[in-house]
Amino acid sequence: MTRDELLTALFPAGCSIQPGGFGTLRGMAELPGTGRVEIIGIEAGTPLGIEGALILSGHVLDLVAAASRAPLLVLVDTAAQEMARREELLGLNEALAHLAKSLALAAETGMFTLGLLYGRAAAGAFIATALSTQMLVALPDAYPSVMDLPSIARVTKLKLETLEALAQTTPIFAPGLEPLFATGAIAEIWPPEALAARLAATLAAPPPRADTRDALGQARGGRKRAHDIAAQVMAQAAAHG
Amino acid sequence: MNAPGMNAQSDYYYEASARERAQGLLDPGSFTEFMGPQSRCLSPHLAQFNLTGAFDDGIIIGAGLLQGMPVYVAAQEGRFMGGAFGELHGAKLVGLLRAAAAHKITAVLLALDTGGVRLQEANAGEMAISEVLRAIVAARRAGVAVIALVGGRAGAFGGGGIIAASCSRIIVSGHGRISVSGPEVIETNKGVEEFDSKDRGLVWRVTGGRSRALLGGADAYVADRISAFRDAALAQIPNAPPFTLESLQAEQARLSQRLAAYGTCRDATEIWRQAGLEPPAPVADLSEADYAGLSRLPEADHDAR
Repeated sequence: MTRDELLTALFPAGCSIQPGGFGTLRGMAELPGTGRVEIIGIEAGTPLGIEGALILSGHVLDLVAAASRAPLLVLVDTAAQEMARREELLGLNEALAHLAKSLALAAETGMFTLGLLYGRAAAGAFIATALSTQMLVALPDAYPSVMDLPSIARVTKLKLETLEALAQTTPIFAPGLEPLFATGAIAEIWPPEALAARLAATLAAPPPRADTRDALGQARGGRKRAHDIAAQVMAQAAAHG
Repeated sequence: MNAPGMNAQSDYYYEASARERAQGLLDPGSFTEFMGPQSRCLSPHLAQFNLTGAFDDGIIIGAGLLQGMPVYVAAQEGRFMGGAFGELHGAKLVGLLRAAAAHKITAVLLALDTGGVRLQEANAGEMAISEVLRAIVAARRAGVAVIALVGGRAGAFGGGGIIAASCSRIIVSGHGRISVSGPEVIETNKGVEEFDSKDRGLVWRVTGGRSRALLGGADAYVADRISAFRDAALAQIPNAPPFTLESLQAEQARLSQRLAAYGTCRDATEIWRQAGLEPPAPVADLSEADYAGLSRLPEADHDAR
């Protein structure tokens, strides 16, 4: 789905969107019943570098500073983080963390941060955008990943065919929507014909208060023990006093 | 200065195991491990790759005292699968950070030593890193100082680099490296002319602790000693920046100004030259004492994190 098709399906009554450089988007829409929805995004599979991250975090912090209570929709179609020596030299890790922190601050101060993954997102860019929202939904043809199988094969020194066969039996490492849905990364997959209705229904409910993705991942079988282990640590810490 | 009861031999941070770091950072005898080896926190995923797991899944977590003050500590074992985040490894850290927020613990010492996501468990590792970030924010909002320590052989790469920059403060040694994409990954994807991962000097100038500290990508630089990390953590904890809009606005300004000032630079030497910092010798070759005598860039001292 292209960005324009997506926006039309989400907001049949229209929305206002401006590109902001480095693949970023900024806009807003008025939804009947919901009211104003703020929108930021990254489009067209643009790798997320320092510039893009700072543009997006700037929008988020401006909304927090303005005490906005409107929900914030984060549209995501990126690649991985921008891979370049210059990016690392200038502290890409700080820029990506800053974006993730800004989105977390927005949620902490009362904004409903809703991610919508409609294209790709990989590795550090996936973490700093889509995974930094309170709730992430995806279109059926979205393609999230951590690393592609040929790269995993190279690093793990396993044959690609071996990995492809293994990927059929476990969601733990394979790229794609279904494996990441199973781990709890993605709350819901929205059918393209129902986007406006799903958006309205989602924003009508309160945002998830705490991070429950590990419980979701365990319930779906994508993660075996993460939720239990975290809970056991908390119990041991409580007992320690 | 050595911590009480510690001999110099065991005080080298780089050579120490995760458990030695966790114990050595704290007051002697005060460390209580959570989910120790008896809990058999063994990855359920490695066997299908014919890999042998570890009963701690490569991370030691627990509680103890830092100069009498109750703190939590987590230390990744860089020698087990590169300290990478697998499902259980990550979940242990997530649980510790959630507990720190719940009990409003004064500080968490986070001894990062990681290549990032463990690719055999890539999806669970990615999720764990994302959950760690959120748990760090919740802990900081609860008033917990989360202090990243980076001085192990695996550095803080991939999501580990992002985690480091989400902490209240970052302490590095000269062995510490912080980055998102590793030099090998950039070389593989973009070619050797973009980043020659065999050029060790270049790699250290871009990712190394000395460069990070000069530019403000790390907040304190220490010698390769567990006791030095401990002393620096003690100094940083009372001054940890709060997690507020003001801190993040300051960080936005700080990173934007860095980009405006040095955005065309592709090597740390270009940054130093533009900043008027003229090291008497290549920075990597300076003794610890001579390095300590260098002025950091003016913007390196900040609460913008």
